[in-house]
Amino acid sequence: MTPMNLPLARVAIVLLSLALTGCLGDAENWHGKDISGLMPELAFTLTGTSGKPVTEADSSGQIRLVYFGFTSCPDVCPATLSSLRTAIKKMPDNLQDEVTTLFVSVDPNRDTPERIGSYVQFFGEGIVGLTGEEAALRTFAKRYRTTFGYDQPDAEGNYQVSHSAAVYVFDGDGEARLLLRPGLSAQQISEDLTTLAAESSPS
Amino acid sequence: MSAAGYLLPYDFSPLTVFSFAAMLGLYSIGLLRMPAADRPGPVRIVTFVLGVMLCYAVMQTRFDYYSQYMFFVHRGQHLILHHLGPLLIALSNPLPIVRYWYGLAGPGSRRLLAPLGWLYRLLQQPAIAAFLFVGLIFFWLWPPIHFDAMLSRQLYWLMNWSMLLDGLLFWWLILDSRSPAVSNALGYGKRILLLALVAIPQMILGAWIVFSRGMVYDVYEVCGRAWPMPPETDQLLGGLLTWIPPAMMSIVGILIILRRAMHADGARAQSQPLAEGSAP
Repeated sequence: MTPMNLPLARVAIVLLSLALTGCLGDAENWHGKDISGLMPELAFTLTGTSGKPVTEADSSGQIRLVYFGFTSCPDVCPATLSSLRTAIKKMPDNLQDEVTTLFVSVDPNRDTPERIGSYVQFFGEGIVGLTGEEAALRTFAKRYRTTFGYDQPDAEGNYQVSHSAAVYVFDGDGEARLLLRPGLSAQQISEDLTTLAAESSPS
Repeated sequence: MSAAGYLLPYDFSPLTVFSFAAMLGLYSIGLLRMPAADRPGPVRIVTFVLGVMLCYAVMQTRFDYYSQYMFFVHRGQHLILHHLGPLLIALSNPLPIVRYWYGLAGPGSRRLLAPLGWLYRLLQQPAIAAFLFVGLIFFWLWPPIHFDAMLSRQLYWLMNWSMLLDGLLFWWLILDSRSPAVSNALGYGKRILLLALVAIPQMILGAWIVFSRGMVYDVYEVCGRAWPMPPETDQLLGGLLTWIPPAMMSIVGILIILRRAMHADGARAQSQPLAEGSAP
């Protein structure tokens, strides 16, 4: 093979893939963004609010809502978490227990497990606070194509943290299903979660 | 972060590392073994290696991390993958090395390569080449597609490789070193026309991004930025990078072609018998 022909073989593959990806359509009408097949299944080993390791297996069978944030977050994180709580409360009673919210703090320097524990208590029962070493958090974030960054601290040592504004939704099998972008109402999130919960528990 | 942290890939892709190593390896071996008369000079070799290393750097170093999480860095990455890197590679004219390796291929492998040749000639039809060149930019920047491409690792790699390969095809067609007078290479006038034509839609797209009031590419908002930066600034810079440098690359390309066309004219005039018989 000559140097020119190696790329040429790929052109064919690329064109084929383009044709294929262009033909994929949305079968269901979600309010959130359907990310089936775009991302790997849920997998992590992080630290829970009790200081013990937590993995995806601990909430297996549940619909998992993964949200990256930090407890000093001025508005976006509390707003998102309370919107998720409202959305879950709007679901039919028998399906509410099927949803677990995973709040992942990406600010381990300030957010101790205890601090995260008292923070997530504000947002209802079915929420798990998580954090970890920065490297573990980076690995987890990278797996879901997101990142976080820190601003320079001000005189009091406060700093901003950039993080994903979306909520990643995984089904009971751990498959990535939906991405809830900011801007969705609690009602819309509730409808999506109800549809998802209903499909996994045919009762 | 240590120096190694900046030089090592953010998202290691064995296929990418292998392809670049193979490209440089085949080039070097060909260079050493080929007859000295055909061998490209040092400037051409440096140009080739620079083009290849630029493309490698934006795909397999820390640069890739910033490209994934900042829109304007992503535009810079595509500027190199689709414009600057392939332009340098094509300008260095590695044709003698390609010829050397093709000369070594037996009749069997040549038969195997034949379908690739047909595909190549199809893709290098001027209209198709120009359509692909602009079409791929628009395709990957179409907001829903862009969103998916930034979320899915597979699509992300497909996007970057398709940009690089198409960039190589297009600039190879434009900067074909063979003279159109004595080969079936594209005429100089058509090359200039293509360069001007592909610049216009890119400028429109870039200007549209720059002047958009709302967030066109919210995926960077959704997935977090590499560092806190106002989204409008990120989008503005990204739009400018889509708008101005590609247009300038077209201008540079046109100047190179004009220079070649004038040289070709000069050479033809010299080769004609002159009545006065005076040589310059």
